[in-house]
Amino acid sequence: MELWIVLAVIVIVALFVIAMYNRLVTLRQRVREAWSDIDVQLKRRYDLIPNLVATVKGYATHESTVFQNVTDARAKAIAAGQTGTPEQRAQAENVLTGALRSVFAVAENYPQLQAVQEFKDLSENLTATEDKIAFARRFYNGNVRDYNTSLQTFPTNLLAGMFGFTAEQYFELADAGERETPKVSFP
Amino acid sequence: MAAPQAHLNIYDAVAANRWRTVLLIAVFTLIVTALVYAAGEYLAPGGGVAFIPFAVAFSGFSALTSYFAGDKLVLAQSQARELAAGEEPQLRNIVETLAIGLGIQPPKIYVIEDTAPNAFATGRDPKHASIAVTRGLLQKMDRTELEGVLAHEMSHVINRDIRVMLLVTVLVGTVALLSDWMLRSMWWGRGGRSRDRGNAAALIAVIALVLAILTPIIATLIQLAVSRQREYLADASGALLTRYPQGLASALQKIAGDPEPLESANKATASLYIANPLHDDPKFFDRLFDTHPPIAERIRRLEAME
Repeated sequence: MELWIVLAVIVIVALFVIAMYNRLVTLRQRVREAWSDIDVQLKRRYDLIPNLVATVKGYATHESTVFQNVTDARAKAIAAGQTGTPEQRAQAENVLTGALRSVFAVAENYPQLQAVQEFKDLSENLTATEDKIAFARRFYNGNVRDYNTSLQTFPTNLLAGMFGFTAEQYFELADAGERETPKVSFP
Repeated sequence: MAAPQAHLNIYDAVAANRWRTVLLIAVFTLIVTALVYAAGEYLAPGGGVAFIPFAVAFSGFSALTSYFAGDKLVLAQSQARELAAGEEPQLRNIVETLAIGLGIQPPKIYVIEDTAPNAFATGRDPKHASIAVTRGLLQKMDRTELEGVLAHEMSHVINRDIRVMLLVTVLVGTVALLSDWMLRSMWWGRGGRSRDRGNAAALIAVIALVLAILTPIIATLIQLAVSRQREYLADASGALLTRYPQGLASALQKIAGDPEPLESANKATASLYIANPLHDDPKFFDRLFDTHPPIAERIRRLEAME
């Protein structure tokens, strides 16, 4: 009789452990999927930038520093994407966002450019991509919050230590980006 | 707005809607069974029980059909056309952006060629969802307003409201049709036979009549009670998604100020839309039979969210 009780307790505990473990795996998987959403949009932005620079350059010939800045920022962001932590990457993306804003600020001084269809398409696409990055980041951070919370709360925290689940980093972009004001020199 | 727990709310709404779906199908089956039983007793006293299996089979069939094909039915009835690739890039971009924010795949987008500004969402789950907007909405709204409206619709998608509303729309339509048909056949069949009947038969006939009158009213009330609260919830979670309640508030203002009725909407599909598309003004039961909460109240709640 006692043997059965002990066995039942062991089975119940085992079931609990399996359920908690699976829950942690699911949450971590959601974080990774959300990360790939951000990644896709960031890559799309890298692809759009050379076209933007080429289009604006045709009209704004005297603004070479602005173009150099955005090209450098793009290269650094790509490099950070390959090797850096989410934190370093966010920083690099942040600089790129600032540099992009200065390109649009410069473009505003050229009315002929505003009328070009290619420029209109590019700016709609870049606006949409910026929005998508912002929403993807929010979704990612929400998933990181859920995952990290379960790592810290009882009883999953016991299991997390045992099976080597570690906290994920938030991807902070908007706050830092809003602090960064575009540096534009008007002639 | 003090960082509300978006995830929790949505999961709660999803669970509640799962229950509503089950309840809805159960109530629907019960009503249809009662109706059919009463009809059976009326036509052949003592033989009503034999009709029950048919009633259950019929309910199951209706529920399944509306679950799997109801969205097509509703879209076709609203004369909505699926957006071709490359058409309306801004609309598509906004829908894709919101889908990313919710972590779902973007729903299919439909356009209704009508100048009245309005929109609705339908489908059985986020993977089989569609959003329809009118041409008038695209013409009259700016980007933030359009985003507000679409975020409201996407909230219906993620909350599984669309499934409940789909079932309600089709099933309530079926009950209304069935009881209407029964009422007619009863009036018609009343003629010379009533004299040969005993008291019990007369009683059953009265019950059948009462049932046939009451069921569509009850069904409509269920539909209304369910749909008004969810509009507030979708407004709130839509605003949470865009972080910009003014977008939807100003869109609702514009929709309310627009006098045109939507031609392709009808009584059954009206409750799907973001704002009542019929512009009818029910006199007696206005509170009871309104499918949507008053727009002024919705705008007030959105503006209080800052």
